Amino acid sequence: MTTEHSGDVRLSGISKTYGSFTAVHPLDLTVPQGSFFALLGASGCGKTTTLRMIAGLEEPSGGTVHLGEQEVTHLPPYKRPVNTVFQSYALFPHLDIFENVAFGLRRRGIKSVKKQVEEMLELVQLGEQARKKPHQLSGGQQQRVAVARALINTPKVLLLDEPLGALDLKLRRQMQLELKRIQTEVGITFIHVTHDQEEAMTMADTVAVMNAGRVEQLGSPTDLYENPDTTFVANFLGTSNLIEAEVDTKNGDDIVLKAGGGKLVLPEARCSAPTTTGGKVLVGVRPEKISLTHADEAGEIAEGRNRITGRIADSSFIGVSTQYVIDSPVCPEFEVYAQNIDRDARLVPGAEVVLHWNPAHTFGLDAAQDIDAGVAEVEEDAA
Amino acid sequence: MAAVTEAPPLAPAPETKPPRKRGRLVPYWLLLPGILWLIVFFALPMIYQASTSVQTGSLEEGYKVTWHFATYWDALSEYWPQFLRSVAYAAAATVLCLLLGYPLAYLIAFRAGRWRNLIMVLVIAPFFTSFLIRTLAWKTILADSGPVVSTLHTLHVLDVTNWLGWTSGDRVLATPLAVVCGLTYNFLPFMILPLYTSLERIDGRLHEAAGDLYAKPWTTFRKVTFPLSMPGVVSGTLLTFIPAAGDYVNAELLGSTDTRMIGNVIQTQFLRILDYPTAAALSFILMAAILLMVTIYIRKSGTEDLV
Amino acid sequence: MSVLNWLKRHLVVIAGLLTLGYLLLPNVIVTVFSFNKPKGRFNYQWQQFSTDAWKDPCGVADMCGSLSISLQIALWATIGATVLGTMIAFALVRYRFRARSTVNSLIFLPMAMPEVVMAASLLTLFLNLGAQLGFWTILIAHIMFCLSFVVVAVKARVMSMDPRLEQAAQDLYAGPAQTFLRVTLPIAAPGIAAGALLSFALSFDDFIITNFNAGSTVTFPMFVWGSAQRGTPVQINVIGTAMFLVAVLLVLSSMIIGNRRNKQKA
Repeated sequence: MTTEHSGDVRLSGISKTYGSFTAVHPLDLTVPQGSFFALLGASGCGKTTTLRMIAGLEEPSGGTVHLGEQEVTHLPPYKRPVNTVFQSYALFPHLDIFENVAFGLRRRGIKSVKKQVEEMLELVQLGEQARKKPHQLSGGQQQRVAVARALINTPKVLLLDEPLGALDLKLRRQMQLELKRIQTEVGITFIHVTHDQEEAMTMADTVAVMNAGRVEQLGSPTDLYENPDTTFVANFLGTSNLIEAEVDTKNGDDIVLKAGGGKLVLPEARCSAPTTTGGKVLVGVRPEKISLTHADEAGEIAEGRNRITGRIADSSFIGVSTQYVIDSPVCPEFEVYAQNIDRDARLVPGAEVVLHWNPAHTFGLDAAQDIDAGVAEVEEDAA
Repeated sequence: MAAVTEAPPLAPAPETKPPRKRGRLVPYWLLLPGILWLIVFFALPMIYQASTSVQTGSLEEGYKVTWHFATYWDALSEYWPQFLRSVAYAAAATVLCLLLGYPLAYLIAFRAGRWRNLIMVLVIAPFFTSFLIRTLAWKTILADSGPVVSTLHTLHVLDVTNWLGWTSGDRVLATPLAVVCGLTYNFLPFMILPLYTSLERIDGRLHEAAGDLYAKPWTTFRKVTFPLSMPGVVSGTLLTFIPAAGDYVNAELLGSTDTRMIGNVIQTQFLRILDYPTAAALSFILMAAILLMVTIYIRKSGTEDLV
Repeated sequence: MSVLNWLKRHLVVIAGLLTLGYLLLPNVIVTVFSFNKPKGRFNYQWQQFSTDAWKDPCGVADMCGSLSISLQIALWATIGATVLGTMIAFALVRYRFRARSTVNSLIFLPMAMPEVVMAASLLTLFLNLGAQLGFWTILIAHIMFCLSFVVVAVKARVMSMDPRLEQAAQDLYAGPAQTFLRVTLPIAAPGIAAGALLSFALSFDDFIITNFNAGSTVTFPMFVWGSAQRGTPVQINVIGTAMFLVAVLLVLSSMIIGNRRNKQKA
């Protein structure tokens, strides 16, 4: 550990069980100092419990929590240099905004808080509202008070528990950027818990996708999206088309697979599953990577692209793009998003088409997994 | 490894409390003084009363527990009319409270608009005037020569109530009608407040939805509003019936010797005749009867959550 | 036809207002008769207008003394019941412990018991213990029956409190004691105040339990009761009217203040 990492959050083998229910399986995680880290997952996946163990609001059943060199596993929350922005904010209703923000300073025995509080309220653009009560503010303003109340204590880590969950979509977008700006400005480590994949990807440098008390995959948003390791991540982050295929041969850095009657190429580096010849693999590709060509012009498709034939089952026009559902022998409901640049009038339901894409956009997953993992959760949240 | 909170197995929720290691005894210390108070001054007296009711003896020579259960039999056979009367008057008052209180609670909950707070104040405010003074006011209102009695007389209402045995002669005072009227008046707020609480929780859009689904206003009330207000109806009727059945103030101030209720008997036995065993037995019977009725009523109405 | 329709549409309002009238009529009578100058001992029939009683509210022997006893008892009973009841309410909401259902029934039963039963049984206890009936026995009884109402009022408030508020306080460096004093107690305050107010009203107005356990001490309700037999002085109505006015003014002003606060919103 060099001094540079003196502010890292390190979870070692941390776990939490309630009776026979395991909320968090033993988990190792290091959050580097100064990063914006997101814990992403559906409700009940253990992300909030993990956060609360860092805050000290939940005692781990096993494992340790370190803040830099200091072990804090059994410290009560009021002795940890960590602050939390709570879900639905938990602003003290009987105190005005100023006193809410000053709360932590006063508890630590700091006498002259006026200047600090005013500066902090300026940072979140609430200087005018200092003497109002929380219920007199809008949702977005309350959210900023909650952030200010935590940040003023200059914690080593700021924990955010679904901080934007109560806001409407437009405000949420705005606050995402606002939080990102604040984080860059103060340079404090942010650990953000959310079930909203878009929010996690917009804000965080590193995202840990959690499922059923375990971290499924950890990486930058681009990594997770472009090259998921599990079907859960593939389905939970955006939409994926997954095709069952069989390993045929290896060709240099590429693997050639058999799917239906055709062949598909997958770069070996993008496959997280074992690839013995004859073994099963799930081949994935994102809907927006795919091009659609009418069957009559199949000959014009460049060589070296993965291709699948099918028939358009459904299409819906949504402005920037058109979303097609394609029936294909290898995959019953193939999704394709096509940008509306040059629309081919023949691409209507019933039309025979060829789907093709650059093999570099293909990823391979272990076929032993549930192919639909993570799909239901997304729909539930959208509802 | 410290499993401190005994959270239920399926609670992965953020709601679970922070760990409390040392706090195991805290709840007992918090409970101790208040619960001790209730045990000594509420539960223990019940036991003393039960024991007194099976004692024999006299004031001069003292009482002894002789398991003399005949006291119960004697008390019941002598005072069963007063028991019946208590139940009948209390039931009548409860029904009247419901009939009178429901429209007012409904008015406050749905129709009062900006007058809501004022009406609420007016419902609660009489509480702050001694109820005895207010009950005495009924002596003036129902006075023999007063406008109420003469109006009832002119409309021949008194003939009907006389025939029913609710009033006698040209009087309302000193009749069952006056006592029930006083009971109804005294316990009406206890009906209105729980009714209002449960009505107020009903989403106004349910009325619109029912109307949209072809329910006429009266049908909406019967099929939607009233069923949803059942918790209020149940606690309101209990809060009215129980104190009314044990009351003796209204019977004393507005009634006559023919309207004496069981409360009057207990009071007289205890404070004037000083026949403690009989008084204790009567009080015990009243308690048992009311607990029994309340239990059956709560079971039937399916509302367990009263506190 | 239109009149009939109007009646139909406003039936609930009319019925509700009639009930309100029924509720308020006695208070009107009490107020009007506080300006009466009755012939004889009883103040039940209107004779002539007079402000004599208002000029000399304590002009009746023992009445103001009984009033002061009632106020003292109500004050102490409120303090006692509020402290004990609040402690129980916190224990019930915040902790898990054995015998929870027993505690719950012990809270519920006093509210479901006719007063006369509690009064009579308490008297048997005091008689058996040979206790001297008077101020202290009344106070004990009042704390007993007010306690449950405080528990219910405080419990409702504490239960509706977001547990995250206390967690937030802990997260912001407040230890357990600080959290309780700075966050929990202020937020529970309205519930505690409601319980206290109810206790005061219940204790001040109680007659039945007091009557059994008072010995020779006379509270205000007992004075009124006695006067119903001996003769009702007009001053009773003066006190009744004054209480009503004070209560309405207090409640209305607190509501107006509350409304102002709400209107500042946004």
